[in-house]
Amino acid sequence: MTASKAYIAGAFEHPTRKAEGKSLAQLYGEVAKGALEDAGLTHHDVDGFFCDTEAPGLGPLSLVDYLGLNVRHVDNTDTGGSAYLLHVAHAAQAIAAGKCSVALIVLAGRPRTSGQNAEPPVDWNVPDMTFELPYGPLVVNTYGLCASRHMYEYGTTSEQLAWIKVAASHHASHNPNAMLRKIVTVEDVLESPMISDPLHRLDCCVVSDGGGALLVVSEEIARELKRPKVRLIGSGEAVKHQNGGRIDLSHSAATEAGKIAFGEARITPADIKYASIYDSFTITLLMQIEDLGLCQKGKGGAFVADGGLISGQGRLAVNTDGGGLCNNHPNNRGGITKIIEAVRQLRGEAHSAVQVPNCDLALASGMGGWMGSRHGSGVVILERAD
Amino acid sequence: MAQQRVPTTPTTNHENRAFWEAADEQQFMIGHCRACNEPHFYPRALCPFCFSDETELRQASGEGHIYAVSVMRRAPVPYALAYVTLAEGPVMMTNIVNCDFDALAIGQAVEVTFQASEDGTKVPVFQPV
Repeated sequence: MTASKAYIAGAFEHPTRKAEGKSLAQLYGEVAKGALEDAGLTHHDVDGFFCDTEAPGLGPLSLVDYLGLNVRHVDNTDTGGSAYLLHVAHAAQAIAAGKCSVALIVLAGRPRTSGQNAEPPVDWNVPDMTFELPYGPLVVNTYGLCASRHMYEYGTTSEQLAWIKVAASHHASHNPNAMLRKIVTVEDVLESPMISDPLHRLDCCVVSDGGGALLVVSEEIARELKRPKVRLIGSGEAVKHQNGGRIDLSHSAATEAGKIAFGEARITPADIKYASIYDSFTITLLMQIEDLGLCQKGKGGAFVADGGLISGQGRLAVNTDGGGLCNNHPNNRGGITKIIEAVRQLRGEAHSAVQVPNCDLALASGMGGWMGSRHGSGVVILERAD
Repeated sequence: MAQQRVPTTPTTNHENRAFWEAADEQQFMIGHCRACNEPHFYPRALCPFCFSDETELRQASGEGHIYAVSVMRRAPVPYALAYVTLAEGPVMMTNIVNCDFDALAIGQAVEVTFQASEDGTKVPVFQPV
């Protein structure tokens, strides 16, 4: 695929982190309205609709009905928290194929209010379930397996992982909507309770209600809109699994997805001015930053240490909204907020304390499912196009 | 020895029942493909490497070493989730039992043992040699 002609014209992150007194559908409505108002479009303009498989109703049907949309293209691709990165890419492909011209991508959820946890319902038809569920795999301990292996192979330390949380907390201190706004230290992370070795409580992301929405539009539509233009110039997706028992926990699917995205964008990792990188856990971010080539493989620990990810003082500004670790992880799926902050940076609309000067190239990377067993990676590369 | 977590009893189907019936007899099986002669885990009807349907269960040595391990501390009864590299090659998800959690290390030699799950059905797990 050559460079796409699709633009992200609208982006909206719901300000709530605890949605008491609101229905789930209402949250979807509010994020859709927010993105449309941001772009200067109306719901009559939407002709493509994207959601995940946790959205209420059969695929997209109930939400398209609830929102009163008239669409000619729908897509409910799901790879967990990375799904929205894939949605942006798929929307651009649908636009290029003439299947739609204004694609609405939505995510909402209220796990904090409803008490619903991140573990999927048990379904014994899932072929791996029988061979794994007896042993108690959870989201946190399967990511713990990756962290234990990374430490063994590359000498990564808990102190280095803690710096990822420290950077997120510095950024979140400037975000009035962030769930955790207090700046924390490496010691705070290491002294927080061990959840599943080697991951402490502060190595884990927040559980929050809320959501977000994006509008991906054709060049013809983008030209008529007044907001700063953000163009998709490359995307990649990949799935990694156990490969019949030939398991490799040292590399994530971001290795392959990143290669595809950078190839399509015809740029190199060194060109990236800002990166949003999925941070369900500190190790999730560390492995992606290496696998995407933003630093050398195995050297992620040294790259993130000593404030390496803090905007304005580190090696690369990452997750300037506070990320999933401190800001928001709506419905246990952090992919959409990654794209939203990248759009803010490219528009020059991030908080002034964290805005990257002259930010014209940004990357957003998502990691969905279980990095320790089977997961899906989605990467998008975006440029400011005025 | 502290209290040990009781494994969840697996619900089986036509494809995987033989594995669990063998486990209940304290025989640890892995998948093997007669067409490409490669072992695989978890066992399945189609070989994930060559896509042949000539797969079968073969008894494994039950020897291996720890590939990765994470002790779930924030559980009612803490337990060690691990991947073990089997002597035959494949890596499988399992628990490490009968051990000091703080002494577990990647590379450590382990051997299969069997633990009763919730309904008594035996599940293959591993313990330090």
